[in-house]
Amino acid sequence: MAIIEPVINIPVILQTLPSDWPGNFWGHWVLFSLVTIIVVILMVMGFIYIARREIGRMQSRVGPNRTGPFGLLQAVADVLKVLLKEGITPAAVDKPIYWLAPIVTLVPVFVVFAVMPFTNGGMLANLNIGVLYVVAISSITTVGMFMAGWGSSNKYSLISAMRVIASVVSYEFPVLISIASVILIAGSLSLNDIVIAQDIPFILLQPLGFLVFFIAGLAEISRAPFDLLEADQEIVAGFHLEYSGIKFALFYLVEYGEAFLLSCLISTIFLAGWRGPILPEWLWFIIKALIVWFVMVWLWATLPRVRIDQMMALAWKFLLPLAVINLVVTAIEVLSLSEDMLWIMIPINFAMTAVLILFWSKKFFRLGWGRVEV
Amino acid sequence: MAIRTEPFVMNMGPVHPSTHGVYRMRLTLDGEVVVDVEPVIGYLHRGIEKLAEQRTWTGVIPLTDRLDYISSMSNNLAYCLAVEKLAGIEIPERAEYIRVIMAELQRICNHLVAVGSFFNDNGAYYTPFLQMYREREKIVDLFEMVSGQRLTYNYMRIGGVSQDVPRDFVPAVEKLLEQLPPAFDTFDKFLKDNEILLARAKGVGILSPELAIDYGITGPVLRASGLAWDLRKEDPYSIYDRFEFDIPTCDEGDSYDRYRIRMLEMRQSLRILQQAVKQLPEGPVKADVPHFFRPPAGEAYGRIESPKGEFGFYVVSDGSIAPYRCHIRSTSLINISVIRELVLGWKLADLVTIFGSIDICLGEVDR
Amino acid sequence: MKFERYGLGIAKGLSVTLGYFFRRPSVTQYPDQRLHVSRRTRGQEMVWDREKCTGCCTCAKSCPQGVIEIVTSTNLKNNKYEVEKYQVDTGYCIQCGLCVESCPYEALFFSTNYECAKYRRSELIQNKEDMMLESGNKQRSAYFYPELEADLPRQTLLIERITEED
Repeated sequence: MAIIEPVINIPVILQTLPSDWPGNFWGHWVLFSLVTIIVVILMVMGFIYIARREIGRMQSRVGPNRTGPFGLLQAVADVLKVLLKEGITPAAVDKPIYWLAPIVTLVPVFVVFAVMPFTNGGMLANLNIGVLYVVAISSITTVGMFMAGWGSSNKYSLISAMRVIASVVSYEFPVLISIASVILIAGSLSLNDIVIAQDIPFILLQPLGFLVFFIAGLAEISRAPFDLLEADQEIVAGFHLEYSGIKFALFYLVEYGEAFLLSCLISTIFLAGWRGPILPEWLWFIIKALIVWFVMVWLWATLPRVRIDQMMALAWKFLLPLAVINLVVTAIEVLSLSEDMLWIMIPINFAMTAVLILFWSKKFFRLGWGRVEV
Repeated sequence: MAIRTEPFVMNMGPVHPSTHGVYRMRLTLDGEVVVDVEPVIGYLHRGIEKLAEQRTWTGVIPLTDRLDYISSMSNNLAYCLAVEKLAGIEIPERAEYIRVIMAELQRICNHLVAVGSFFNDNGAYYTPFLQMYREREKIVDLFEMVSGQRLTYNYMRIGGVSQDVPRDFVPAVEKLLEQLPPAFDTFDKFLKDNEILLARAKGVGILSPELAIDYGITGPVLRASGLAWDLRKEDPYSIYDRFEFDIPTCDEGDSYDRYRIRMLEMRQSLRILQQAVKQLPEGPVKADVPHFFRPPAGEAYGRIESPKGEFGFYVVSDGSIAPYRCHIRSTSLINISVIRELVLGWKLADLVTIFGSIDICLGEVDR
Repeated sequence: MKFERYGLGIAKGLSVTLGYFFRRPSVTQYPDQRLHVSRRTRGQEMVWDREKCTGCCTCAKSCPQGVIEIVTSTNLKNNKYEVEKYQVDTGYCIQCGLCVESCPYEALFFSTNYECAKYRRSELIQNKEDMMLESGNKQRSAYFYPELEADLPRQTLLIERITEED
C-alpha cells in the first residue's frame, strides 16, 4: 500500500500547487501542458491495447500477448516500428499541404484536453465556455484531413476527403443540439459545472440526447459503423493512403486520440464524469471512459458499415429532427419543473425516446434506394 | 442549379483489398456514382489448359486443384467425371458415396468463405469472417485427416478416390453434423436482420432472371434470381438421384438474396451429408485403372454443380498418355461477365457489395 | 401496427458478439503449444528406402513437376540397378503425392516434418544421403501406407478440442 497512497494523491498534489510553482507562470504552464500531453498519449496507448484485446476475444482469438507481459508493450512496439519505417513521399504531391496535414490534424486533438475535467477542477484551464471551446477546436481536424486527401494527388484519397467534409459538417448539428439540451439542464457551458450539476446522471435524464450524441459522435470521428472515411475495403485507407513513417503514426494517433476524446466527453457530459463513491475521482473518470470505449469497440466488431448517402440521410433526416424535438421537450421540462423535481423527467423522456424511435424509423427506413440513372 | 461535374477514371487495381484476387477494373466515376466499368483480367493466368497437355492423365489432377483453390474437391470431381465419361469406367459404390460426402463438405466450406468475405467487404471488421472460418476449420481438419493437406487435396482419381477414409472419419463427420446447425443458427441471429446490412444489400444489384439466362449465369447467383436450376437435379451426375434435398430459391435477386441463398444451401448440404453417411457401404474405393492411363480416342464433357455454379471439363483424347486438349468451363469467368449490367448507376460502396455477393475466385477466371 | 427495423437486428448482433467475448478463444500459441498434424500429412520432405528402391524411375515419370532426378548405373547387385543419384528438389515439389502412390516397390514416403525452412534455395534440394530411411530419425507419414498409422499420434481436431458450450 505504500506505493498506492502517493499515486492516488498525485493529482491532488498537482492541483493544489500554487500557480507559479516551478518558476513563473510560463514554467507552470509548460509543466502542466507536458503532463497533460503525456497522460493523453499513455491513455491512448492503453485504449489501443484494450481495443485489440477485446476485439480479439470477440473473434475467438487472443489479442496481442507476446510483447511484454500480457502484450502491454504492443503499442510501444507499433510506435517504434512505424517511426523506423521509411517515409515515402510521392513525387506529385503538393508539398506544403502534404507536410502540414498531419500536424493540423493532430494538434487540435491535444489542445481540447486542456478543458477536460480529470478531477474536480483538475484541468489545465477551467474555462466558463468549455463546451463551445471543445466543439470549435475539434472541428479543425476536418481541415487537416481534407488537406491530407487533396495534397496526396491520389483519387482514392480525394474521394475520402470529400466524404470526410460532407459527413463531418453534417454531423456537427446533432452534436451541438444534443449538447445544448444538456446545457439547458446544467445551466453552464463549463465542463466542470456540468459534472457538478449531475446529481442524477444526464444519461437518465436525456436518453434521446445520449443516443443522438453517441451516434453523431461516432460519425464525427469516423469509427464503428461509420468508418467509411477510411474504409479499408473500398478506398484502401482513404485520406492517409500516401502517408508512411512518422506522418502515418500521427494520423493513427489522431484516430485513437479522437476516440479517447469522445469517450471522455461522453463520460463527462452524460455519465457524471469524476463523481462516484469510494474510489478517487480521476479513477472514476477513467473507468467511465473505458466503459464507453468498450461499447465503441463492441460496435466496431459487430456492425458492417453504411454507405455515404445513407450516412448523410441519417444525419439530416433522422438525428437532426430527433435532436430538435429533444431540445424543445427538455426546454419545456426545465422551465416547468423545479430543481429537486427533475426526476420526473426520467419516465417522460424514456417514453418519448421509445415512441419517437419506433415511429421515426418506420417512416425513415427505406430499402433499395440510391441508384442513379446513367 | 446543379454544379457541372466531370467523370474521372479510377483504377481499382489488381492489388486491392476487396477484389477477390488480382482483378482489375477501370471505373469511370462521376462523384461516387459508377458510370462505366471495364474489367481487365489475366493477372493470374498460368496456362493451366496448356500445361495439362504435358502432364499424364493422372498428373492433371493436382493442376485442377489450383483452379478454384477454395473448392478443390469439386474441381477434382469434375475432371474425373469427364475422363470417366470418355473412357467408360465404372466406379465402385463406396467411392461414389465418398465423393458425394467430400463434395458436399466442400460446398459448405466454400459458402462459409463466400459469406465471410461478403461481410468483410461490407465492413464488419473480420468478426463474421473469423467466426465462419472457425467452422470451416472443423471441416478442413477432416479433409486433412483424409488426404493429408488442407487446401489442395489431390484426392479424387480417375476411377474413384485415391485412398480409403480412415476409421475416425465417419464418427468425426457425425460429430460435425451435430455442431454445425447451432453454429448456422447463431450466424443467422447475428447477421440476418442486421439493419445496416439490409440497407447496404437489399435491393442493390438486382439481377433479373432473363438477364441471368442471357449471360449464362449459373449457381447460387441464378437461384437467387428465382430460377430453380441445379445440375444435381436437372442432370444428375454421380449418385445424387438417391438423395432427398431441396433447391432453395429467393425472389428478388439482389445482393441480400445472394447471401441468404448460400446460408440456405448449406443447410441442404447438411441434409445430403446425413443421408450419405448413413448409407455408406463397404467395398473398394478405386476401380482398376493404371497409373499411366491411356483412354480411347474421343472427347467428352463432364460437368458438376460446383459451389459457385456449373463447372465443366471438356477433354479430348487421342489415345496417348496425356490429354490432347483440356478446356475448362469456369464458373467465375462467366458469372463475372454480368458485373457491368449490375453495377452501373450504383455507388462505389455498392460495387464492392455486388462484387462480393457474386463470389468469384480468380484462379478460375484466369486459369 | 407492425414495427420493424428500429434497431432490433443490431441488438441481436451485439448480443451474439458479447457471447463470443465470453467464449474460450480457439487458439494454439504456436511454438509453445503444438497441434498434431494428420497422420497422412504430405510434408515438405521425402524419405527414401535404399533397400527397396530398384531405380525403375516410375516416381520420376509420374511427378507432374519433374522434380525427381535419378541416375542409375548398371552395377547389378542383388539383381537391382545401383542408384547413384536420387535427388528431389523440394522447392518445386507441390506435395501432390503421385510419386509415393506410383512406386511399385513401396520405397518412397513422405516425412512428417513441417519445419523445413531454409535460408537458401539450394539447400532445399534433397540428396539421397539426406533422405535415406536408415540415417537417423525420419518419421514417415502414413500417406498411402495405412500400416504406418499406428506409430503416429492422433490428429487434433477442432470439433473435439472446443465445443460450443465452452
